Amino acid sequence: MDATQIIKTIPIEHYVILSTILFAIGVTGVLMRRNAIIIFMSIELMLNAATLLLTAFSTYRSDTPGQVFVFFIMVVAAAEVAVGLAIIVMIYRNIKSIDINVLNKLKW
Amino acid sequence: MGSSIFYFLGFVSIFTALMVILSKSPINSVLYLVITFFSIAAQFVLLNAGFLAAVLVIVYAGAIMVLFLFVVMLLNLNKEYEPHKHIYIKFAGGIAGGILLVTLIGALHGSGEIADSTLNGEASYAASTGTIQNLGKSLFSDYLLPFEISSVLFLAAMVGAVFLGKKEKSSPKVSAEKI
Repeated sequence: MDATQIIKTIPIEHYVILSTILFAIGVTGVLMRRNAIIIFMSIELMLNAATLLLTAFSTYRSDTPGQVFVFFIMVVAAAEVAVGLAIIVMIYRNIKSIDINVLNKLKW
Repeated sequence: MGSSIFYFLGFVSIFTALMVILSKSPINSVLYLVITFFSIAAQFVLLNAGFLAAVLVIVYAGAIMVLFLFVVMLLNLNKEYEPHKHIYIKFAGGIAGGILLVTLIGALHGSGEIADSTLNGEASYAASTGTIQNLGKSLFSDYLLPFEISSVLFLAAMVGAVFLGKKEKSSPKVSAEKI
C-alpha cells in the first residue's frame, strides 16, 4: 500500500472532485441551516476540503511545502474555533438563542 | 486495492458530510463530522502524509470536536428546537450549493492541464515527501517566521476567548424579551 500505487491508479481529478463535493456540501450547509453551531461546522468542512486537496497535490508533485501549508491551515482553524465558540457562548448568554435569524441588528 | 479503499473512504466522507448538514440534532452533526474527519485522515495516510493524519485526528477529531460537543451540551441544544427556515430558502440554498458544485466540476473538465502535471509528478515521486523529518526541516528553516507568528496568533486567540467568555458583572443583562 504505497503512495506510488495510489498515484498510478487514481488520477488527481478524483481528488479534485471529492474535495469539490465536500466544499459544496459545506457551502450548502451554511446556506440552509439557521443553527450557528451547524454553520460553524460547515465552515470546518470547507476548510478540510481545501486541506485534502492541498495534501493530494503535494503528494502528487512530491512537494513538501504544500503539507506545511496544511499544517498552518489547521493552526489557524484551531484559533478560529476557540474564538468562534466563545462568541457563540456569549451570544447564547445574552439572547438565549443561537438562531442566526435573531441576530439581524447589523443586517440593514 | 488502494484505489478501492480510496473510493470507499470518499463515499464515507461524502455521506457523513451530508448527514452533518441534514441531521436534526446538533449532537448527531458533531458525531458525523468526527467520522468525516477520520475518513479524511485515512485519505492522508493513503497519500503518505502520516504526520498530517495524526495531527488531524489529534487536533480536529480530538480537541476541536470535543470543544464543539462541550458547547452543544453546555448550551443544552440537544433538543430539536430549531425553527426551520422557510422551505423556499432551504430549496434555494440547496440549488445554490448544487450550482456551485456543477460550476467547479465544469471548470475542472474545461481545463485539461492537470493530467500532464500529474504524469510529471509520478516520474519524480519521492517517498519521503510527507515524513515528519522532511516536514520539520521545511517548517523550521523556510517557514520559521510564519511558525513563530502562528504562536502569537494562538496567544491572541486564547486571550480573546477568555475575554469573550468572561462573565461581566456590572453590565446590565439583555434579556430575550427585549430582542
